[in-house]
Amino acid sequence: MTAPGKPSAIKPSLKSRSEKHLNLLTYVLISVVIFGGVSFLWDFFGKSAGQDENFREKISLSLANIPQITLEEDAELARGRNPNCTFWDCLNVYRCGQREQDRITIYVYPIKEFADPEGNQAFTLTREYHEILQTIVDSPYYTPNPNEACIFVPSIDTLNQDLFDTNLVSKALASLNYWENGENHLIFNMIPGAHPNYNRVLDVNTDKALIAGGGFDSWTYRPSFDIALPVWSPALRDLKLSKEKSARKYLLISPQLNLYHPEHIRRLKDKTASQTSILVLDLCPAPTLSPNDKFFEEKDIRCSYPHGDEFEYPKVLERGTFCLIGRSVRLGQPHFLEALAFGCIPVVMIDNYVLPFEDIIDWSLASIRVREADAHSLLDRLHGVSETKIEELRKQGSWLYNKYFNSMETITLTTLELLNDRVFPHLAKNSLEWNVKETPHAAQNPLFLPFIAPKSQGFTAVILTYDRIESLFTLIQKLSAVPSLQKILVIWNNQKKPPPHPSMFPKISKPLKVIQTRANKLSNRFYPYDEIETEAILTIDDDIVMLTADELDFGYEVWREFPDRIVGFPSRTHVWDNSTNRWRYESEWTNQISMVLTGAAFHHKFWSYMYTNAMPGDIKDWVDDHMNCEDIAMNFLVANITNKPPIKVAPRKKFKCPECINTEMLSADANHMMERTACINRFAQIYGVMPLKSVEFRADPVLYKDNIPEKLKRFNDVGSLR
Amino acid sequence: MQAKKRYILVFVSCAFLAYCYFGGYRLKGSPKPAVRSPHALPTFLPLAGERSHAEHPPSAPSPNASAIGPLNSGGRDKSKSCRMETCFDYTKCFDQFLVYVYPLEPLNSLGAAPPISSNYQKILTAIRESRYYTADPSKACLFVLGIDTLDRDSLSEDYVRNVPSRLSRLPYWNNGRNHIIFNLYSGTWPDYNEHSLGFDPGEAILAKASMSHQQIRPGFDVSIPLFHKQFPLRAGNTGFVQSNNFPTNKKYLLAFKGKRYVHGIGSETRNSLFHLHNARDLVLVTTCRHGKSWRDLQDARCDEDNREYDRYDYETLLQNSTFCLVPRGRRLGSFRFLEALQAGCIPVLLSNAWVLPFESKIDWKQAAIWADERLLLQVPEIVRSISVSRILALRQQTQILWERYFGSIEKIVFTTFEIIRERLPDYPLRNSLIWNSSPGALLTLPTFSDSSRFMPFLLDRLDYSPRSNYTAVIYVQIGAPMTPNVALYKLVKTISKSQFVDRILVLWAADRPIPSKKRWPSTNHIPLHIMTSPLMNDERPSISQRFYPYDEIQTDAILSLDEDATLNTDELDFAYSVWRNFPDRIVGYPARAHFWDDSKNAWGYTSKWTNYYSIVLTGAAFYHRYYNYLYTHWLSLLLLKTVQQSSNCEDILMNLLVSHVTRKPPIKVTQRKGYKDREGGRSPWNDPDHFIQRQSCLNTFAAVFGYMPLLRSNVRLDPVLYKDPVSNLRKKYRQIELVGS
Repeated sequence: MTAPGKPSAIKPSLKSRSEKHLNLLTYVLISVVIFGGVSFLWDFFGKSAGQDENFREKISLSLANIPQITLEEDAELARGRNPNCTFWDCLNVYRCGQREQDRITIYVYPIKEFADPEGNQAFTLTREYHEILQTIVDSPYYTPNPNEACIFVPSIDTLNQDLFDTNLVSKALASLNYWENGENHLIFNMIPGAHPNYNRVLDVNTDKALIAGGGFDSWTYRPSFDIALPVWSPALRDLKLSKEKSARKYLLISPQLNLYHPEHIRRLKDKTASQTSILVLDLCPAPTLSPNDKFFEEKDIRCSYPHGDEFEYPKVLERGTFCLIGRSVRLGQPHFLEALAFGCIPVVMIDNYVLPFEDIIDWSLASIRVREADAHSLLDRLHGVSETKIEELRKQGSWLYNKYFNSMETITLTTLELLNDRVFPHLAKNSLEWNVKETPHAAQNPLFLPFIAPKSQGFTAVILTYDRIESLFTLIQKLSAVPSLQKILVIWNNQKKPPPHPSMFPKISKPLKVIQTRANKLSNRFYPYDEIETEAILTIDDDIVMLTADELDFGYEVWREFPDRIVGFPSRTHVWDNSTNRWRYESEWTNQISMVLTGAAFHHKFWSYMYTNAMPGDIKDWVDDHMNCEDIAMNFLVANITNKPPIKVAPRKKFKCPECINTEMLSADANHMMERTACINRFAQIYGVMPLKSVEFRADPVLYKDNIPEKLKRFNDVGSLR
Repeated sequence: MQAKKRYILVFVSCAFLAYCYFGGYRLKGSPKPAVRSPHALPTFLPLAGERSHAEHPPSAPSPNASAIGPLNSGGRDKSKSCRMETCFDYTKCFDQFLVYVYPLEPLNSLGAAPPISSNYQKILTAIRESRYYTADPSKACLFVLGIDTLDRDSLSEDYVRNVPSRLSRLPYWNNGRNHIIFNLYSGTWPDYNEHSLGFDPGEAILAKASMSHQQIRPGFDVSIPLFHKQFPLRAGNTGFVQSNNFPTNKKYLLAFKGKRYVHGIGSETRNSLFHLHNARDLVLVTTCRHGKSWRDLQDARCDEDNREYDRYDYETLLQNSTFCLVPRGRRLGSFRFLEALQAGCIPVLLSNAWVLPFESKIDWKQAAIWADERLLLQVPEIVRSISVSRILALRQQTQILWERYFGSIEKIVFTTFEIIRERLPDYPLRNSLIWNSSPGALLTLPTFSDSSRFMPFLLDRLDYSPRSNYTAVIYVQIGAPMTPNVALYKLVKTISKSQFVDRILVLWAADRPIPSKKRWPSTNHIPLHIMTSPLMNDERPSISQRFYPYDEIQTDAILSLDEDATLNTDELDFAYSVWRNFPDRIVGYPARAHFWDDSKNAWGYTSKWTNYYSIVLTGAAFYHRYYNYLYTHWLSLLLLKTVQQSSNCEDILMNLLVSHVTRKPPIKVTQRKGYKDREGGRSPWNDPDHFIQRQSCLNTFAAVFGYMPLLRSNVRLDPVLYKDPVSNLRKKYRQIELVGS
């Protein structure tokens, strides 16, 4: 600040300063105007000069102003499809993952119309193909820049071979800017082949292009390269499935009008005469309504054989348990998805047909395959499927449908994800992730290797302490006598006071390390410190000094046999309180336990990692804020992931110092119980379910209470309650 | 003033800009036509009615499309495009899946014995001693050659000559139909052609190592792993991973030590590995020293590489590395793959287009990482990007796969057979979950049930729990005089009071006649079935019949009891509640232990009170119904014969079986040790020979299993308040309190 003695000196300087500001503002404004003007003119002239090389914007899939391209009579055709392509020799990986991304980038060609000189269109753009393109453009895989693209998708609609001219499309493909023998181009096709050959793959010269096709057989499908698609059914668009379970009156419905094997049709039709559980759908003999009727256009009506009862298709499929998907001249049929959508289990009777996304989807979980040669025993086989299995197949089928097939968008995204997995296999989802539904109670135990943990390693004791130095030292002394102890870690959670000097600590024969924390948080006890070199961690409160060496040693033995669980001494349980309609925390001595408190318990180091890095919701912060319930949180975490209860070791039940029972403690106790109850309810709400499991057993040494000399017992100082 | 002008100038230019921006597009001219909506586009698939016309109804099918086989196969050899439907005869495979092994060829005219490698010998032994084997070719579904076809490298010493003429002499060859040909090496220097076997396998299924995606016939051939000459016939070494440390904290991240070829096919990949080597966490060392004339072929780097190579020990690298590189050699597969798998060193594959072993069933994504030979330099980045928790999962899975499918030649051969068997029309498919989790497909018989819900495995994974209640199966062998107070009657009475019992089955194997229905105690609406040995026709019934999967057993839990077992109802109910937590294990009362007896150099068996146990006898134990099925339909016939001949040891065998499946010990509950009513007197248990026999059984079983499956436990499970000094009224299982040991 300027000294008060010289006010005159301030004024001119003030004035000049404000003028400076104004000047500066003006310059800024002018430069903005100039910059704006230049960029606008650049934009304006650049665009009007017809340059497309601006790769920053999404292409427009608008159907307005589609440019027309005329393909000359002698235009070059793309080369024929290379039947030996594999991922490793036809796909140029150097194009992929360029921008340090672990994701494929996809370029979509702008929509153009192709025609021959006579004006015959090469293809008809369909709604479904437009949806595919739109999905790609809207997906995170999309790039507008062909120079950065890993995969190219032509805007040439090749979905249905009946709707395009194979010759013109071959020419159109060859004319694409970045075609280069079809390298890294992805062609979508659902209906391949034409009369009379009905090839299993579209009759277009696709050279090295990847084909996502419906209706491959195992001879045309190039494993690791092509992608097998389902045939989408427009009847499934905007499908609203009724929630309630429909009675499935028919064991088997045959929905196809175009079954190929005449003898199969005959056999099925013969069976309908004797069995009412089979429904064979056929064309209706004559339209029941005039073709002009609106009703006729909206609904697909089919008639049963032989009675001619009318059914609305595909809704009728929800009345069947199994749906027969048989061979027709083209292998891929929309009935497959229709059946899946309506919960009718597909029975696929097409030898060597490559099922949709077969690389990743385990269809044995959702469908049944029967050889064509076994058609005669089809019904016997279906009768042999158990009710449980039927339920499982149907559940899985509808889950798969909703996850991977329920719209053109979903199918496209699944295709892209599959392709992405191939290009970046180290990031790919495995078959469990693709095929197993996550449910609240289904557990994938991360410690799934069945074995008994090695004895040699021992455990690391992690003591969380604040300032109770005396009892801490007693505990350290006692712990050091446990043979299986490998190391002691003291977590000093007091920021106001430094831990005692190392020389003050009791002299023990095992390594001891003190870690000063930065904040007084309860979660510090579950941090996976690098100093913990063993699998097993014993978390122990600094006042738990009553456990004997035998008890701890035995506790470690039990943990070795159940290394995926929390194994410890103080047990609690949770009970449902009917009066309050809430869970209640229970510390009485009951016949059941569902929690083992981490005041004295073993757990695998992995759970510390999970507690620190993967605790659901805000539980971790909440615990740190409230300074309570970290042990309950750990029990919830482990029980939720493994679906297994903890294990209580040995009979001991009292853990607080026996001499300090007084009335003051009792009232504190009541308050404590209320808080703990609140924790349980809060956590259960965050998990959405109650993950804790109760058990009626505890673990004791094999010879516990046996009347034999104590020296024969390996753990004899086990059994006192306090 | 100056400033005002400036502002005017600025505002005018702003206005101009704004005009240009908002109105400027009009300058570009051409008004847009009406936009078509994408919803108005036609659908790609018209309604079904029209569709069927468009596809030419089946009344006039074209001859070409009717062929189930490949279209346009053109000049290609038919056997190159084999599929099960076109090249395999199912007719002999309907009821059972039997394999015939051709006898070894008689000595040829010169008197020389036909050469056969030890590995091929082991394959044949494994098959001959298995339940797949049949000596009757007319019953066989699959034929295995007596000619060693493992090594088809014509420069190799194991190469067998004149295979084509030998094949043509085989009585059932039929162009290879229903034959399986095992092969580890094909092709030879310089091109190592994958399909060059030196003979035409015709329509035979190839079970071959180092197959590529281009050559394998999908759904027909089976890719097997390459294994070395000392590979064990059965059991073999377990995986090396003994602890589940997290994080893995190994010294090296990625390791490889092996030879490189300098020139020729497949050499580029290994030749460029030195780029990745940093001698810190990435150790990739190669040598050119192999073969006689390596000096002639060596390149500039050889000396340097050899020096670096000698600095590291292969075994040490394997043990101390998180990832192990598995680059292609001359052929696609290499020994590295199985070695890394066993060591729990996560394989990083660098062998483009290689079809991994049993890839059709095993999801290698759960146990290995792929890299691309074309992107070699990205390998370090890839392995560094794998998270610690995924490493934990991958490493555990390597051990499960090794243990279940790759540990021995027997497992590899059986896995091959099971893959083929699943293609048979009458054999149910196992899903990917079963194949890729413990205990794996070889121990999950799909004929038992079509849903995992009825199996003791995967229940947690699928959110199932075992079905409620149990079936008590009492095996009556002695048949003490049937006084009203006999232990058997007491037992039946006790069981009928249990709240979880579904029904009681009495298997009457005693010589004494079955007492009449009236004399049995009332069971309060709980069905009581008394059955005599129904199955064995020729010989005396085996004691194994107590584990026969009777149709009458409809619960998941079986309570297996000896006739003289003395347990109270609380004990039954408590044990059952424990079993529900461990449905894959044996949970029961009488515990025994095995130990290695150094003095006798054999396994010992003890019933002494020890601090541990490894066997829970089925005289009073719960276990899953599935184990009855496995015992009867899976165990080697040799084992069942041992039990039958000794009329003993069936309970030990059951324990070995369950431990073999679960790799976990059984569970003993509460203090009770004696579980027999000793007043009965004439019990075979009092016979000293009986005990010696059990010891010898244990050793026989371990020999047939190839290892000792039993595992020890130090823990028994008691009720939470067991023997606690609290009021008995608070305790749920009060009767247990009264039972001592």
